[in-house]
Amino acid sequence: MPTSTPERELDLESPIGGPPLVHGTLPRWAPQFTLVTAIAAGFALFAVGTAVGLAAIAAVLLYGLAIYSWSRPIEGARKAKDRVVTAIVASTFLLALLPLVSVILTVVSRGVARIDPAFFTFSMQGVVSEGGGAYHAIMGTLIVTGLAALISVPIGMLTAIYLVEYGKGKLARAITFFVDVMTGIPSIVAGLFAFALFALILGPGVRLGIMGAIALSVLMIPVVVRSTEEMLKLVPNDLREAAYALAVPKWRIIVKVVLPTALAGIATGVTLAVARIIGETAPLLITLGATSGTNFNPFDGRMATLPVFSYYEYVNPGVPPEPSLQRAWTAALVLIIIVMVLNLVARLISRLFAPKTRS
Amino acid sequence: MPATEPTADRPAPPRAKVKQRPGDRIFAGLSTGAGVLILVVLAGVAAFLLVEAWPAIIAPSDEIPGRGGLTLYIWPLLFGTLISAFFALLIAAPLATSIALFITHYAPRRLSQALGYVIDLLAAIPSIIYGLWGIFVLAPATVGPTRWLTEHAGFIPLFAGPPSATGRTMLVVIIVLAVMILPIISAVVREAFRQTPRLHEEASLALGATHWEMIRMAVLPFGRSAIVGASMLGLGRALGETMAVAIVLSVSGGVTFNLISSGNPSTIAANIALQFPESTGLDINALVASGLVLFAVTLAVNMLARAIINRRREFSGAN
Repeated sequence: MPTSTPERELDLESPIGGPPLVHGTLPRWAPQFTLVTAIAAGFALFAVGTAVGLAAIAAVLLYGLAIYSWSRPIEGARKAKDRVVTAIVASTFLLALLPLVSVILTVVSRGVARIDPAFFTFSMQGVVSEGGGAYHAIMGTLIVTGLAALISVPIGMLTAIYLVEYGKGKLARAITFFVDVMTGIPSIVAGLFAFALFALILGPGVRLGIMGAIALSVLMIPVVVRSTEEMLKLVPNDLREAAYALAVPKWRIIVKVVLPTALAGIATGVTLAVARIIGETAPLLITLGATSGTNFNPFDGRMATLPVFSYYEYVNPGVPPEPSLQRAWTAALVLIIIVMVLNLVARLISRLFAPKTRS
Repeated sequence: MPATEPTADRPAPPRAKVKQRPGDRIFAGLSTGAGVLILVVLAGVAAFLLVEAWPAIIAPSDEIPGRGGLTLYIWPLLFGTLISAFFALLIAAPLATSIALFITHYAPRRLSQALGYVIDLLAAIPSIIYGLWGIFVLAPATVGPTRWLTEHAGFIPLFAGPPSATGRTMLVVIIVLAVMILPIISAVVREAFRQTPRLHEEASLALGATHWEMIRMAVLPFGRSAIVGASMLGLGRALGETMAVAIVLSVSGGVTFNLISSGNPSTIAANIALQFPESTGLDINALVASGLVLFAVTLAVNMLARAIINRRREFSGAN
């Protein structure tokens, strides 16, 4: 990539009595040309029979070597190094895309076969090998996630309001710090917490939907707090002061002025938080177990959820294992679609309803 | 708040008391309560785990699974946790820094936000899917290369072999973990790089630095503590990752640095997920005790990370 120095033709080759002030540069098309050549060489290697990975690595190495040995004699060592670093940095980005593409392709190609009406309308009650569906698991996921959101959103929003509108001094600083720390709690520990809490009250061996919801809300609250806090901070102070000048009580300012202004951003944050917890498996595995039948009551007995369903279909396949594995992949595909849609919705909300005053 | 100075001849009017409305009090109380609740929950996590772990802590050592006492039960798990997270970080941190650089300083400005979203998508994929991907796609793909590694680099203890025939090795776990923590590290570092003072960059370029020299002398030093803090955050995430490890790793206990054989130490989180559904009685208490250790380790790592990141925020001079 060319640097931002203007590449104008100046007559500086032989200034009065000194060394030249410019030195040679590669033509503008040099990186692109080398890149195309290297990629072609990679394809050629692949066609000859080299493995895909090796051919790709060879192409990258070839590009680096070629651009360095072309640039070095003309532009000098520093510029040549700069070009090589550019190649390295760009290729790490491509390297990171590799797993993303591979994961999505794998899940789609293996899961798409069972995207049929039965998958969304049948539970696994009495299903031994083929057929069956994830209706119970999808409903379970919606119920548990909904409950978790119901718990986390008020607590998270109120905390954020405290931090932005009321909080000063030690308590506020402690809360900010520990909310940050809380985002790093391993999900399995959150599950153990919910288990320990209920084991003390109801005895060990208890499995309830609400336990899963509480475990998930431990993970969700800090995310909601953070995003709401960021959004509340964006609300211009002029709005608050204008309302104060009209003698509006503080709580009404928050409810009627601050929250509506920040609503789009908060909705985005909540959606992203839901997207983050909806795929959690580990805490649900130890708090609400799994079941093959439908159970819509989060206060009574085990519930199936989509991630746990996918896990158990993989771990305990039937005989033959193929239908089970297929269900596992389809559940994974449904999960990924839900997460991607939630992410997309979040971006749409923030794009469409963004306050005009963003700095 | 600027107040008018009371003068001698005109005494200050008695300060009008702000009327405390019940609505105000309730709202302030509610929001403060929510904030305090979060601290209580965090303390509660530690307290409840301790209560549930206590029977295992005081139990005689031959009743703990493995019959060697609690320390001997948890140590291999802790070792597996640390080694997988450490190597994952070793891969992910430089990659994430480089990706953050690409997004902030190499990619066309208009594209940079979209590219950031793409990397964030990596974080959105549920861990169970990474687990399935790891065992069905990545693990078979590593069988050939690990065999090559044992033959040509077997003198390094990490690659001593014998290589696993299924690919369900620590190496695959490390790669999967690295992919999972990549977006977290890269997001934090990206923000720091974005805040590099523009004047520093332009001054560097004006003195004749190439693009890379500008980055090395202006951008990287500015973002150094963010890189460290973000890496610790990623480390915390890798330490606690459960499902991907539980699915991919073939476990046989034992403490070994050998990354590519089929005998691997499990990790605390994966062990809990695998054992918990079938456990009863004291076994559960032992699992909770291991969870408590994990909680303590991740808490320490996260607190350190946040402290480092916050310090940068205070002293950076960018804001």
